[in-house]
Amino acid sequence: MTASAEPDSRVTTVVCRLTDIEVEGGVAALVVGEAVAVFRTYDDHVFALSNYDPCSRASVLARGIVGTRDVDGTQVPFVASPMHKQAFDLRTGQCLDDAAVQVPTYDVRVGDDGMVLVGGRTSSS
Amino acid sequence: MSPKTRKTLVVAGHGMVGHRFVQAAIERGLTETYDVIVVGEESRAAYDRVALTSFFEVGADELSLLPGGQYDDPRVRLVLDTAVEGFDPETRTVLLAGGEVISYDELVLATGASPFVPPVPGHDLPGCFVYRTIDDLEAIREAAAGARVGVVIGGGLLGLEAANALAQLGLETHVVEMAPRLMAVQVDAAGGATLARHIEKLGLKVHTGAMTSEVVEKDGRVGALALKDEEPIPAEVVVFSAGIRPRDTLAREAGLDLAERGGVLVDERCRTSDPHVWAIGECAAPGGRMYGLVAPGYAMAEVVVDALLGGPGEFTGADMSTKLKLLGVDVASFGDAHATTVGALELVFADAVAGHYKKLVVLENEAGDGTVLIGGVLVGDASAYGVLRPMVASGIELPANPEDLILPASRGVPEIGLPDEAVVCSCNNVTKATILEHVSREETPCTDATCVTKCSGAGSTCGSCKAGVKKIVEDHFASVGKVVDRSLCEHFPLTRQELFDVIAVHGYTRFDDVVEGHGRGRGCDICKPTVASILASQLNGHVLDAAARTLQDTNDAYLANIQRNGTYSVVPRIPGGEITPEKLIVIGEVARDFDLYTKITGGQRIDLFGSRMEQLPQIWQRLVDAGFESGHAYGKSLRTVKSCVGSTWCRYGVQDSVGLAIALELRYRGLRSPHKLKGGVSGCARECAEARSKDFGVIATEKGWNLFVAGNGGAAPVHARLLAGDLDTETLVRYLDRFLMYYIRTADRLQRTAPWVDSLEGGLERVREVVVDDVLGLGSELEAAMASHVEGYFDEWAATLEDPDKLARFVSFVNAPDTPDPHITFREERDQAVPGDSAGPVSLGASIPVGAPQ
Ligand code: SRM
Ligand SMILES: Cc1cc2nc3c(=O)[nH]c(=O)nc-3n(C[C@H](O)[C@H](O)[C@H](O)COP(=O)(O)OP(=O)(O)OC[C@H]3O[C@@H](n4cnc5c(N)ncnc54)[C@H](O)[C@@H]3O)c2cc1C
Ligand code: SF4
Ligand code: FES
Repeated sequence: MTASAEPDSRVTTVVCRLTDIEVEGGVAALVVGEAVAVFRTYDDHVFALSNYDPCSRASVLARGIVGTRDVDGTQVPFVASPMHKQAFDLRTGQCLDDAAVQVPTYDVRVGDDGMVLVGGRTSSS
Repeated sequence: MSPKTRKTLVVAGHGMVGHRFVQAAIERGLTETYDVIVVGEESRAAYDRVALTSFFEVGADELSLLPGGQYDDPRVRLVLDTAVEGFDPETRTVLLAGGEVISYDELVLATGASPFVPPVPGHDLPGCFVYRTIDDLEAIREAAAGARVGVVIGGGLLGLEAANALAQLGLETHVVEMAPRLMAVQVDAAGGATLARHIEKLGLKVHTGAMTSEVVEKDGRVGALALKDEEPIPAEVVVFSAGIRPRDTLAREAGLDLAERGGVLVDERCRTSDPHVWAIGECAAPGGRMYGLVAPGYAMAEVVVDALLGGPGEFTGADMSTKLKLLGVDVASFGDAHATTVGALELVFADAVAGHYKKLVVLENEAGDGTVLIGGVLVGDASAYGVLRPMVASGIELPANPEDLILPASRGVPEIGLPDEAVVCSCNNVTKATILEHVSREETPCTDATCVTKCSGAGSTCGSCKAGVKKIVEDHFASVGKVVDRSLCEHFPLTRQELFDVIAVHGYTRFDDVVEGHGRGRGCDICKPTVASILASQLNGHVLDAAARTLQDTNDAYLANIQRNGTYSVVPRIPGGEITPEKLIVIGEVARDFDLYTKITGGQRIDLFGSRMEQLPQIWQRLVDAGFESGHAYGKSLRTVKSCVGSTWCRYGVQDSVGLAIALELRYRGLRSPHKLKGGVSGCARECAEARSKDFGVIATEKGWNLFVAGNGGAAPVHARLLAGDLDTETLVRYLDRFLMYYIRTADRLQRTAPWVDSLEGGLERVREVVVDDVLGLGSELEAAMASHVEGYFDEWAATLEDPDKLARFVSFVNAPDTPDPHITFREERDQAVPGDSAGPVSLGASIPVGAPQ
């Protein structure tokens, strides 16, 4: 899920340059017909979640504020939905405010050429 | 050969209850004496069936109750993908599919239930499904891929869940229910009608009082559903959800007693008619009654573990309360919802417009001097469930006006002191006393509700009691005088005012420096917009400048207000509400050309709704070209200065209220503040501009202006109070400059002027000292800060349109900027476009070619 991940053999879509994503910002990309939110964190890791916010039923997560939240002593990178501010763990798609809610994650990595590649959905652990 | 000291316990069925049994057996030490063998017919280990519908969203792994696939305790063996074919109570052996025979000392049946499929003709055609297992859902998903219409037979709790799933899969969905209403078991007729209205609003079709006569075949598959006395429904997918039947075949074939209406008959210790065979969960019928919910099954599992350990536990019935959110509609039913108890009285609150239906069932108490709650139904707004459910059976007396408990939330739920023994979480049987123990125990007490949920289980299953748990925890801390933390958020141990000073003193211009110097982590949706607002008031930069862009709150981030479907609204500034016919025409033309919903706002201007993000620049280009500028409807900043028509036209007016309102709106436009700011100017004491309901209100007098401050409308309205009277315009503006800057410097995040004034020691008197008497000698500094704001003002939208870097972000998709977001849909209402409903994520499919930017 991070910049160091092995190349994925499944379909990958080149979505943009890493530098097209603001630091601690996100972009929405169309990946095999699905809206995927791709985020870049302060330490230049990239993460990809479904853009669909199940809480507000709108396709908007890429427009949320990115930050970190302390979960049991770990700084978890998260995005706050722009609609009603529910926080989602960028690594797992887990909603940090509601254990029952999770959004799908996607394989994502940065190629040697600086392009961001998004692959298939990852089964969340 | 050593004598056999360890015994063998076999569990048939690895569902929710079988799993809970094994967990309890391990935790409570039953595995010290028993080897446990669990045999499950499904290929997966136990999973959360209650959350089955979320399978499409989260996948199978997330639902698993045993993510490792094995129990930690080596004395438990889990055999999956294998059915128990039968057992013999004489020889105490079970026979597994595949031929293995296992001897047991004790056998626990936890085989659950199976969906009942009414034997209508065609019920077994391809395209017919039930809704019980992950495999069922996978099959439904596959069939839905090529289908257009789906029908669910059964409008009960599970039927509506299934309908929800079909709708999520993009099918036109029908619900066919034989009874005259939906969820007949849980809610009464009026509640059922409210529920049906809600569900129909979401685009589902509800057929109540409808009898299925046949599933009609077409090309060897389901083609339609035929109904008695109704048109047939053409459909490719049919899901049966017409109730469940206990899976009691194993017990029947072994000759054990069954309950009259099915289910393995057990006593209050969950023992069957054979002393070495037990039954728990949905296959069991304690006292002849079966329970179709998970909580009673869990209780039975505990009872059997207890019995095998020699304990006294008994199963004496269960709380059948339910609360769920179906397609976004809250539905709850608890206790004697149908008022079947002799002497029960019903209290009903119904708001057909809001779609709320609430009923309390009450009974006179034994002493005859009050009433107690015995049940109720909530549809549309179930927020009171957490308070109400534990009151049932707690014996606590109702307040004199019990209807207050169900009146709309704005009236507030009255304080009810629950007795300690009231069960707050019915899924996990946790009482108020237990929750209080967790927060007040000597060693490492829980410090918040999340921790209590972890430690006690309260709130961890269906979640419906979470609000109640939180309230008990917070009330407890308040009662012991625990200091409330005023930190902005976990990243900054400072209040907004402290942060404002820190930033001013150090002259910071970037969030990174602020958080590195004075905070921790990387910030969040609370501190980032706060810092952005402080930087904006101090520096006057553009909110979309590189350093500040990612700090902005939703609306600031796109210089527009986000709407429920992800589109935006556009509000051009119309200072004082005065507008030329030419400009009105431009607004009309833009709205027409972009098909925007148009409405006159409460702030004397015009709101254009439904712009896709990528259309915002085009729309604003047209508006800016016609001389409009941003109205900052999106910012925590000045909104409008309302005016009345004033002395220019009005026969009573004594000053030019429109002229002053326009001057003030132009002076303070774009001013970033802790909360939004509104003003008003009336031309005489008749106050047609409602200036006293604003953060600053000016009312004309014969000699000049009276200045009122710190009023607002909204949820807690406050009338503005007189700060100074009979001012000339210049003095008025000076006082206002000082007042607003003083507020911006010292108020808390999202604190409007009224609560801010109240929070100051000395209140309004203090404000008068600082603003009018200038006791702090801050007057000229505050005025200079405002002068710098006025000088530095520029129109954010015009500046954005000139900057390709800022515009680059206004695209639907970074790699397909010309593809409109397919998730956004509209329908028509009163001749205008309004948001369509969303049932789930929309996929364009793989056929749309998308490429990387060059
Ligand atoms: C459009 C409008 C309703 C309308 O159709 O008339 C409106 C719409 C919204 N109001 Fe309002 N308010 C509108 C006039 C009002 C008024 C009347 C007035 O200004 O005279 C009030 C009461 C006066 C007041 O504010 O004291 C009002 C009190 C609120 C409040 C409660 C504020 C409070 O202190 O309690 C909120 C919530 C908030 O700001 O936290 C709110 C919040 C909102 C938001 C921003 C909610 C949101 O975040 O989505 C709405 C979004 C507007 C949009 O998308 O464009 N709106 N709102 C009005 C826009 C006025 C304008 O031209 O800017
Ligand atoms: C969609 C849906 C939503 C629900 N929502 C709620 C809710 O909100 N609240 C609530 O309280 N309850 C809800 N329920 C009901 C809840 O899931 C059940 O009460 C609970 O699962 C019962 O647990 P159980 O172990 O008795 O049965 P199950 O979970 O069905 O487990 C029985 C297991 O035994 C297996 N089995 C059967 N026969 C054999 C055999 N001969 N050999 C081996 N294995 C066998 C079955 O394959 C199954 O895996 C819902 C159910 C569904 C389907
Ligand atoms: S406030 Fe006074 S001047 Fe203004 S419209 Fe009303 S009556 Fe006329
Ligand atoms: S009542 Fe279901 S988790 Fe508490």
